[in-house]
Amino acid sequence: MSQPILQAKNVWKEYGDVCVLERINVAINAGEFVTVVGASGCGKSTFLKLLLGTESVSRGELLLDGKPIPQEPDEHRGIVFQKYSVFPHLTALGNVLLADEFAQSPWLGKLFGAAKKQAVDRAVAMLERVGLGHALNRYPSELSGGMQQRLAIAQALMKKPRILLLDEPFGALDPGIRGDMHQLIRELWLQQGLTIFMVTHDLKEGFALGSRLWVFDKSRHDPQSPQRFGAQITYDIPLQGGKLKAEDALRLSPEPKTEQ
Amino acid sequence: MARLINRQPDRLGRWLLALLPFVILLLLYLINSEARLAVNPNDKMLPSFPTIFDSIARMAFEPSRRTGEYLLLADTLSSLRLLLMGVGISAALGLSVGLLNGGIPLFRTPVSPIVTAVSLIPPMAILPILFIVFGLGDLAKVMLIVIGICPILIRDLQLKTLSLPEEQLIKAQTLGATSWQILLRMMLPQVLPRLFEAVRLTLGSAWLFLIAAEAIAATEGLGYRIFLVRRYLDMSVILPYVFWITLLAFAMDWILKVTARKAFPWYFGRNGEAQG
Repeated sequence: MSQPILQAKNVWKEYGDVCVLERINVAINAGEFVTVVGASGCGKSTFLKLLLGTESVSRGELLLDGKPIPQEPDEHRGIVFQKYSVFPHLTALGNVLLADEFAQSPWLGKLFGAAKKQAVDRAVAMLERVGLGHALNRYPSELSGGMQQRLAIAQALMKKPRILLLDEPFGALDPGIRGDMHQLIRELWLQQGLTIFMVTHDLKEGFALGSRLWVFDKSRHDPQSPQRFGAQITYDIPLQGGKLKAEDALRLSPEPKTEQ
Repeated sequence: MARLINRQPDRLGRWLLALLPFVILLLLYLINSEARLAVNPNDKMLPSFPTIFDSIARMAFEPSRRTGEYLLLADTLSSLRLLLMGVGISAALGLSVGLLNGGIPLFRTPVSPIVTAVSLIPPMAILPILFIVFGLGDLAKVMLIVIGICPILIRDLQLKTLSLPEEQLIKAQTLGATSWQILLRMMLPQVLPRLFEAVRLTLGSAWLFLIAAEAIAATEGLGYRIFLVRRYLDMSVILPYVFWITLLAFAMDWILKVTARKAFPWYFGRNGEAQG
């Protein structure tokens, strides 16, 4: 049981001469909420792509439940992007139904009768859980940005992924809405025992949300060729479920560069 | 006084301004027709309105003395049948090949270049080949329409499929979708509205190919009739036929537009990037 969900063993990622990540050795246990910060171009999005399976490691091993991570996205890893995470041609309900429809109807991808009713019940419960119970039949274009992200989270959770990947999911929302979303994701994390990996630009968000904060940065610099060395996880800060205040933590560590 | 770019016509003004060019055109025709007929009452170039109405009545409401058919109706049905067959086959092929091209790289790699090459052949240049291969009947005309507009539809729908955000593709995979399910539930429904738009845009070309083919080898049809009466310089038939074809094309365009709006509310309800 003590096997970590995710394990990186000496992972490197290089594109030709450009080294993006080097010597990543890290493990994520079930139930952890890892937030990742770092300057843009520091490789945090690349690491997320490695987890997703859309990019592959150059050296080393990346293990999901002890097995090499599959080289294409699958249902073990849920994802919410900053945008385009939901399907514009389906209503909120249709979007959330999709997971069950894919699983139970291989040829039509659509359910009917009793099976449909069961799936609808499940989907409605999930939509109510994320606060979209009143918007079942609305299309994404009729939802606000925050509601669209709620929908994307609900859609991803229907698959009960081993790990939920969030790629700057709240970056495009205004601050008030972002606060609501933080509350929602924390509740979901605690209630459903999720394992979450979240990339963010927002340092405060990183400290406030998770149980663990990673900072991606380069520890070695070659002034002659800046691309020579890749980024590592320079800080791995445990947060007591987000109890550690951002200001306190900042005193512990030099401030990582964040986007303006 | 507001700037010109900020001035909008009101409701009534909008109608009047829109109608104005048509009225001017009609007046110009009437004046010139009058002038020519005053010089030569047998002039055929710009027939008077009564002459035109006589022709319409003869073509539309009196059975032909030779065949007993109502010619306008028979011509219209014949042309519409060929046109709808050509456009229907093109739409079905365009949608399926375009989707597969856009969705499956292993399908696109061999198919896309040949589609591009075929789309660059001027269809009229191979019309003789079509007549030789498929005979002078309906098949050659339908094939001309298909060859003329199908590659355009394929390329357009391929581009649309390729333009679907990568994020959606990844999301569908994380929801456990197979390639087939992604094609069927994610790509097809999002590309369908574009099919309606593309068909609307190619309808004009479809008519062009049909009328050209009918002009060369046919025994009925709107294009056939126009080119038949051309021998007698019978403008009083040609003009109403052209008007009728335009009206038919306009009606089809309108039906496609309204159907698409009804069928895909999500596609037309969106504004800018507001979609998920």
